[in-house]
Amino acid sequence: MRVVLAEDLALLRDGLTRLLEAFDFQVVAAVDNGPSLLPALLEHRPDVAVVDVRLPPTFTDEGLQAAIEARQKVPGMPVLVLSQHVEPLYARELLTDRAGGVGYLLKDRVANVAQFVDAVRRVAGGGTAMDPEVVSQLLARHSSPLSGLTTREREVLSLMAEGRSNGAIATKLFVGEKAVSKHISSIFTKLDLPPSDDDHRRVLAVLTYLNA
Amino acid sequence: MDSRDWIRDGARAVAGGLLAVPLAVVNIPLFVLFAVGLVLTPVLGIGLLALPLVTMLIRARADLARRLAAGRGVPISRPYRPRPDGVVLGGLRYYQWLITDPATWRDVAWLLPGAVAGLVLGMLSLALPVYGFEGILLIPLWIWLGTDSYGYGMIWPIETVGEGFLSLPQGAVILSIGVAAAPYLRRFDALFSRLFLAPTRAAELRLRVSQLTVTRADTVDAQAAELRRIERDLHDGAQARLVALGMTIGLAEEIVDADPVTARKLLAEARESSSAALVELRHLVRGIHPPVLAERGLEGAVRALAMALPIPVTVTTELPGRLDTPVESAAYFAVAEALANAVRHGAAGNGAVELWHTGRTLVMRVSDDGRGGADPSGGTGLRGIERRLAAFDGTMSLSSPPGGPTVVTMELPCALSSPKTSPSSGTG
Repeated sequence: MRVVLAEDLALLRDGLTRLLEAFDFQVVAAVDNGPSLLPALLEHRPDVAVVDVRLPPTFTDEGLQAAIEARQKVPGMPVLVLSQHVEPLYARELLTDRAGGVGYLLKDRVANVAQFVDAVRRVAGGGTAMDPEVVSQLLARHSSPLSGLTTREREVLSLMAEGRSNGAIATKLFVGEKAVSKHISSIFTKLDLPPSDDDHRRVLAVLTYLNA
Repeated sequence: MDSRDWIRDGARAVAGGLLAVPLAVVNIPLFVLFAVGLVLTPVLGIGLLALPLVTMLIRARADLARRLAAGRGVPISRPYRPRPDGVVLGGLRYYQWLITDPATWRDVAWLLPGAVAGLVLGMLSLALPVYGFEGILLIPLWIWLGTDSYGYGMIWPIETVGEGFLSLPQGAVILSIGVAAAPYLRRFDALFSRLFLAPTRAAELRLRVSQLTVTRADTVDAQAAELRRIERDLHDGAQARLVALGMTIGLAEEIVDADPVTARKLLAEARESSSAALVELRHLVRGIHPPVLAERGLEGAVRALAMALPIPVTVTTELPGRLDTPVESAAYFAVAEALANAVRHGAAGNGAVELWHTGRTLVMRVSDDGRGGADPSGGTGLRGIERRLAAFDGTMSLSSPPGGPTVVTMELPCALSSPKTSPSSGTG
């Protein structure tokens, strides 16, 4: 799988390159600033881009802007955005095109190598990987529409919003997959969302709903 | 201004004129008392007590004049020197403090001319409406019917009943002129007072210096406290965790050959402890300067903040550029504190933030539909906002009647710099 990497700190850039290559990714370009990111993305058309939000020269949100712009030019180009902090605001901006193949994770998550690589693969495959921190921040607000959900349903909703499949949710919660789909259809009913089989559309529906 | 506002403003000014007359009369005994107090100072030292008391009365009278002038759009700041520490009424130093303040003498100098101006302008603003009413009520006609020699306005003397009736339209015109002129007369009175009661340039600078001294001391204190807090947080938090992390990894390194199972367990522990350290650092960074503020400026940061709150908050902004970093930070934390107060104390169901720039001043209005009754002197939060803003000559005002709504309006004089680069999004 071909990867374009954007990270300005050499230590992290080399670490990420090493990590990804250890798991059979091929890092075709590793850039260290905002202006060269978009051309690199358009030139290489990678299977997935791993992008730091904050890049030189302005050290604001250049990485995020470049990622959004690249997805406008190449709809659905898979992008995994990494940051030292997560903002539901940025998550919403990444998700607005509803094209899938979007990830937004704290840099801390890199420490759990297996989970991180899994997230990269999920995004490359057109899925979603939302940081649990984003999801919990979204769940913390506007409690009223979610007050009808049971504790278990909230747990399922959180994992679903992170982009997990039914199987993964079932394993995580030590229940059967059937029970998970029952919870999910109950959530959709309570939140008045149209049911859908596609994992990614499910995530979008949930996040869009929570963002409203 | 529509005609109703115009009449209301005129009527208020006429009432102001009515008040000005007795107030002007009060000036005269004040002046006499001051002169007596001054003269009595060498005799028995009665003046040591009497003169300060009279001066306080004069200041109260002058303050009233300043307030009335401010109501007419002529703001006059208080020029007095602050009271030194440790002086007591009746003491020599108290006396000295008052007698050496030029503002005391300017007040005294104002008393008599101010009385004359107040009387003349007050009478004038009363006389026209009274005369107008006389005409409207056809009183000249009745007097003429009784005495056979009277007149009104342009018609003097009245010779026929018809001419007597003409006092009505004339009276209406005169009343209108009186009502129209009254606000200008009040304003003229206010401008006259300002000649005496406003601080001189030197006094203004002195006030500014003492104000800057206070705000600078506050800022330095607040910064020192902030740095101490950060130092403590780093020392007890992330730093300690990194020490423990190093130890755990070192231990794992030692035993990796002999006991790989335990070594693996230790490494997993080390990873967990590294993410705990990162969480702590993230919280710390957010408290120092939120990353989203650096990335998106005030508007984006406030939207991000609004999204994270447990109540729905609408954000409306009109900021065509970015602010300087220090101002931006002060503004952000002020809004954040005001919102936190709304969530914490106000039992609010909805909140709103409005940000706009008038060309010279950034205005931030945070409102909520909570139960109100917030007291600016009670909470440390609101005091903190005030102090933060004061470092930039900013101000805060609070309106929070019992039952709500609470509206906090904050103003920061500042310029907008570089034009905005990032896109804006909908409400949070």
